[in-house]
Amino acid sequence: MVDISTTIGPLRLKNPTMLASGIMDEDAGSMQRMMDCGAGAIVTKSIGMQPREGYANPTVVELEYGLLNAMGLPNPGIELYGEEVKKLRTSNVPIIGSIYAADADEFVSLAEKMQRFGANALELNVSCPHAKQYGLEVGCDPVLLQEIVTSVKQNVSIPVFIKVSPNIMNLVQIVQGAEKASADAIVAINTVKAMKIDLETRCPVLANKTGGYSGKAIKPIGVRCVYDIAQAVDIPIIGVGGITTGEDAIEYFMAGASAVQIGSAVYYRGPDVFKSVCEEIKTWMKNHGTTTIKELIGAACR
Amino acid sequence: MNHPIIIPILTSTIEATDIKTITFHYPGDVLPGQFFMVWIPGVDEIPMSVSQITKRVKGITFRNIGDATRALYQLKKGDHIGIRGPYGNGFTLIGKRLLFVGGGTGIAMLVPVVEQARKKKLPSTVILGVKTKNQLFFEDRLRRTGTTVLVSTDDGSLGYKGFASDLAKEILQKEKIDMVYTCGPERMMSSLLSYCKSIPFQASLERYMKCAIGICGQCCVGKGLRVCLDGPIFDGATLKKVEDFGIYRRDAAGRKILF
Ligand SMILES: Cc1cc2nc3c(=O)[nH]c(=O)nc-3n(C[C@H](O)[C@H](O)[C@H](O)COP(=O)(O)OP(=O)(O)OC[C@H]3O[C@@H](n4cnc5c(N)ncnc54)[C@H](O)[C@@H]3O)c2cc1C
Ligand SMILES: Cc1cc2nc3c(=O)[nH]c(=O)nc-3n(C[C@H](O)[C@H](O)[C@H](O)COP(=O)(O)O)c2cc1C
Ligand code: FES
Repeated sequence: MVDISTTIGPLRLKNPTMLASGIMDEDAGSMQRMMDCGAGAIVTKSIGMQPREGYANPTVVELEYGLLNAMGLPNPGIELYGEEVKKLRTSNVPIIGSIYAADADEFVSLAEKMQRFGANALELNVSCPHAKQYGLEVGCDPVLLQEIVTSVKQNVSIPVFIKVSPNIMNLVQIVQGAEKASADAIVAINTVKAMKIDLETRCPVLANKTGGYSGKAIKPIGVRCVYDIAQAVDIPIIGVGGITTGEDAIEYFMAGASAVQIGSAVYYRGPDVFKSVCEEIKTWMKNHGTTTIKELIGAACR
Repeated sequence: MNHPIIIPILTSTIEATDIKTITFHYPGDVLPGQFFMVWIPGVDEIPMSVSQITKRVKGITFRNIGDATRALYQLKKGDHIGIRGPYGNGFTLIGKRLLFVGGGTGIAMLVPVVEQARKKKLPSTVILGVKTKNQLFFEDRLRRTGTTVLVSTDDGSLGYKGFASDLAKEILQKEKIDMVYTCGPERMMSSLLSYCKSIPFQASLERYMKCAIGICGQCCVGKGLRVCLDGPIFDGATLKKVEDFGIYRRDAAGRKILF
C-alpha cells in the first residue's frame, strides 16, 4: 500500500499537492473547485491591508517554456477577502492564508485577521518579483524579515510559512534567519524575474514591463533552491516551481520538499492536475517499492 | 501560443453613435460566441467578442466607453493592434425555432450565430434592445439573413417601448421556441432566464478578465466556473446554480459590484 499523505509541522495533508498562491483563488467558489479537483491544501492569493487592482493588462503572456505574469497582487483587501475564507472554514482541506505587507505591524495585523477568519496556516509572501515595496524588498533584507517573522509568530498560534524568491543572492542567510525567528516552514520558489519584448512594437508585452516567470522552465531553479535550503535548515520545505507531473513532484521530494505546490500546471493540464499528479506519484512509488513520501524527502541530499 | 500577434487593422467602420467595427486578417477558425484579447500597446488589453467571421477576416464591434475602447475607436486602417485567442466555448446550435435577444453592445456578438442559424435555414426571430433608436446597429445586416427582426427601445423612439426581455416574454408566451440565445445587460438576461422556465437557454456572460487562459481566477462565477474558459456561454441549467448571475460581478481588485 502506498501512502501519499504528508505533514508540514503540525499540518497534516491527505496528499502532497497544494494549490499555489495566485491561481484560481479569487473567491470561495474557485478555491472550492480546486479542492474538489483533489488539491491537498489551498493557498489563498496574496492579500494586503487595502484593496489593490493590480497592474493593467497584459498581465499574463505564454512563452515557449512557461508563463510570464505581472498581476501586481490584485486583491480586495483583507476584510472583504475574509468573507471568502470564512466560507471555507468547514472544509477538511487546510487553507493557508497568503499575505503581503511592507512592515511588521501590517503583517501582524493581516496574520491575526487571517487566523480569525479560519486560515489553518499562513504564508508570508516576501518574494513577489514585481510589486514595488512589497515582495522582494522585504524578502532580501534578513534583518527586516527576521523582525517580521518574530512579530507574526508572537501574535498567532497557527503555523507560519515563508515564501522565498529565487531572485536573491542571500537565500541561505534569509532562510536561516527565518528559521531562527521560529518560522514553521519555507516555501520555495516564487516566480523568476523576467521580461518578454514584442519585436513588432519594440516594447515589453507586460504592462508592468517585467514580470515573474513560472512553469516548466523554472523547475530546475526551484529544485536547486529547495536543495540548498534543505542543507541550511531543519524546518520543512514546500517545493514549488514548474511542477506538472508526478515525477516533477518526486524530484522536489528528493531535493528536500515535504509537499509541493502547483500553479502554472493548472493551465497546462487543467484543474484536474491535482488528481493526475497524485496518481502519477502513487504509480512511481509502486514501481519503485516506496510506501511513504517520508522515504523520499531529501533522498538526494544524503 | 497565448501571446498577442501584432496585425494591421483592415477596416474601421462606424455602426452607430460611439459604436465601431474593426476588422483584421485572421485565418484561423473562430466560433460564434468566442472572443479575442485585444491589445492596444501602451494602453490595455481587453476582451472583445467576435462580431464578424469569414474565412480570412474577423471583426469585433465595440462601444467607446473608457480608456481602451477610446484608444481602439481612434485607430485607423493600417494601425496595429495585438490579438490573442480565440478564447471560450462559443454557442451551440440546437433546436429548430430560435429566439435571439440582444441588448446594447451584446447585439454585436449574437449576429454571427444568427447568420450561422440562417445558413442552416432555421426559423429565427431576433430582438434588438437599445435605449434609444440612434443606438441601433446591425439591423440591416440581420434583415439580410432573412430572419425576423424586432426592435425594442427603452424610450419608445422605435419599435416596442420597453425592455427586450419583456418583448421576449410576449413571444415566449405566443410561440413555440426551442432555444433562446442572449447577450446583454445581466439583469436583462436573468429576467429572460426566469421567463424561459423549461425552454433551453444560452447566455454570454461578461466578467473582468486578465489572463483569459483560465489560471488567474479573476473571471470566476459560481463554483469556480471560469467565464474565459468554461464560458463565456453558459446554459440555463448551469446559470440557475450560479448565485452571482444577475446579482454581482467583481472589479479588477475582486470587490463585488452589484448590477
Ligand atoms: C468575453 C467578453 C466579451 C466582450 N465583448 C465585447 C464586445 O463585443 N463589444 C464591446 O463593446 N464590449 C465587449 N466586452 C466588454 C469590453 O471588454 C469592455 O467594454 C472594455 O474592456 C472596456 O474597456 P475600457 O478601458 O474602454 O473601459 P474602462 O473604463 O476601463 O471600463 C469600463 C467597463 O469595462 C469593464 N472592463 C475594463 N477592462 C476589462 C477587462 N479586462 N475585462 C472585462 N471587462 C473589462 C470594466 O469593468 C467596466 O465595467 C466584452 C467583455 C467580455 C468579458
Ligand atoms: C498568474 C499567477 C499569479 C500568481 N500570484 C501569486 C501571489 O499572489 N502570491 C504568491 O506568493 N505567488 C504568486 N504566484 C506564484 C506562484 O504561486 C508560484 O510560486 C509560481 O508560479 C511557481 O510555480 P508554478 O511554476 O507551478 O506556477 C503567481 C503565479 C502566477 C502564474
Ligand atoms: S481571466 Fe484569468 S481565469 Fe479567466
